[in-house]
Amino acid sequence: MTTISLPAWGRRNGKRPQYRLRGLWDASPLTYVTLIFALVLSIAPIYWMIVVATRTNEVVGDVPPPVTPGGNLGSNIGRLFDNPDAYFAKGLVNSAVVASSVTISTVFFASLAGFAFAKLRFRGKNALLLTIIATMMIPTQMGIIPLYMTMVKLGWQSHMQAVIVPFLVTGFGVFMMRQYAAQAVPDELIEAARVDGCSTFRIYWSVVLPALRPAAGVLGLFTFMQTWNDFMWPLAVLNPENPTVQLSINNLANAYFKDYTLMFAGTTVAVLPLLVVFIVFGRQIIGGIMEGALKA
Amino acid sequence: MVDLRPVRPDAEPAAPPPDHRHAKRRSRLARLDMKLSPYLFISPFYVVFLIFGAFPLVFTLWVSLYNWGLASGTREFVGLENFRFLVSDADFWHSVVNTFGIFFLSTVPQLLIALLIANTLSRRMRAATMFRIGMVVPLVTSTAAVAIVFTQLFDRDFGMINWLLDLVGVNPIDWQVSRGWSWVALATMVNWRWTGYNALIYLAAMQAIPKDLYEAAAIDGASRIKQFWRITVPMLQPTIIFTVIISTIGGMQLFVEPVLFGTGTPNRMDGGAVHQFQTVTMYMFDNAFIHDRYGYGATIAWAVFVLIIIFSLLNFLAIRRAGGAK
Repeated sequence: MTTISLPAWGRRNGKRPQYRLRGLWDASPLTYVTLIFALVLSIAPIYWMIVVATRTNEVVGDVPPPVTPGGNLGSNIGRLFDNPDAYFAKGLVNSAVVASSVTISTVFFASLAGFAFAKLRFRGKNALLLTIIATMMIPTQMGIIPLYMTMVKLGWQSHMQAVIVPFLVTGFGVFMMRQYAAQAVPDELIEAARVDGCSTFRIYWSVVLPALRPAAGVLGLFTFMQTWNDFMWPLAVLNPENPTVQLSINNLANAYFKDYTLMFAGTTVAVLPLLVVFIVFGRQIIGGIMEGALKA
Repeated sequence: MVDLRPVRPDAEPAAPPPDHRHAKRRSRLARLDMKLSPYLFISPFYVVFLIFGAFPLVFTLWVSLYNWGLASGTREFVGLENFRFLVSDADFWHSVVNTFGIFFLSTVPQLLIALLIANTLSRRMRAATMFRIGMVVPLVTSTAAVAIVFTQLFDRDFGMINWLLDLVGVNPIDWQVSRGWSWVALATMVNWRWTGYNALIYLAAMQAIPKDLYEAAAIDGASRIKQFWRITVPMLQPTIIFTVIISTIGGMQLFVEPVLFGTGTPNRMDGGAVHQFQTVTMYMFDNAFIHDRYGYGATIAWAVFVLIIIFSLLNFLAIRRAGGAK
């Protein structure tokens, strides 16, 4: 499991490999055919979702099926927000609040702890780091029943803190930031700041955090995506009247499963923030995955 | 340890001569800061983990020894009765078989296709970044949204997949009703989402393989296919182990897709009328949250946890053996 480490961050910026045999690694027409086929398969279901979301229910089952977007997106989205069972607007706001607070807190606490593990000396450091790696292997869903009981005891069930507080910082985030900090922050920089009389927290805030920005960005992106997508725990602990956006579309799937345009308008809006994030940060996401930053 | 750090002059009061006591207190504070800060910095993780991670996990074991209902208020110690029941619970084992079935149908093709795509992506080509980004589009969609879209695509009467099959002369398939076909449909959703992710992980590992190996093999007349199986795959072995374990952990916990695939049935946690696609996680959820059997739910949770560990270990050993035999 230690392969989860980040072996060569910024390898992309390294030197290009030298090719001694010309043609050995060049793409053939078959390469492009394969990749274009894979690309079409990747995008087709999302495209279909958008096509349906812009159509009327009458044409969805047509033979052959419609392949271009229609003009009904506005009315479908209108029906979506008017729907009495979806609580869609509430779900969107809740998801935005939950995903942003978990993201900010995870990045902050994970980078703080990662910095401590990478650069500070203290007793028991290695043992403590090992416990963090061990926690990464625990499947979180398995603790869901007592976690729910805890929430009942705290009176948090059906409140948003139930889906925020347990995820304020993850072992994976700490480990990832530790790996990056170990190589991205020179010891000299920290020593220099100490000589200048900076407190340890000041060093973190003014020296370390800026240096950690690329890794913090990737961690933030993935945390946001994961939190936005979370389904099982919100389903267990929240109630349908105060949902996250995933539970809103679940409400729709539950009660309106034959109203495809309504459901698909919901899924389109639910996916939209992720697609925007992806369009803006696509390259960073690719880099993050290739450096092992995303745990399934 | 003697603190040799100079005190910053501008931080001192300018007029009076340096106050000895003041400087001493500063250095004591600095030493305290050095000593305590690391623990302070890592403590948020441990606080969150102990309360919301470790405690629930241990408490699961405790709960599993009880007949525990939250709605009914029952709380009766039954010892190992839940575990005894679990061993002979046909519904539980049925859901285990479903979970493994879907897991095999998703993981094996997924990782093979990912390997091939990664091999293709590792060529020098135009628009490489566009293709890479395209591969992970499925990953940035929401699982629930995708499950809803695919459930419609797999609809018996109006789904596009049956329509496409009809074009090539295959009779319509009732994807939700048949046990095997429902597994295929669910595995398709999982594969669609994760193949590109695994391809990129393999691609990253492939780029770290020294190019001379391929050049030497090419000079020796080894075909590309032979190079792929004899150089690329063995060199990727640690990465393959990593992806298999990640897929195992994910596959054993499959939940969102089958729940939404059962849309239209009275209790979606059943996974179909005869539980044909009910996974173990759904069975746990159904017992605890739908039927108020938290004790038994906790027992299932522990069983799944043990299954994941055993199965990850078996996979790990199998792949290492397969790699060593080559």
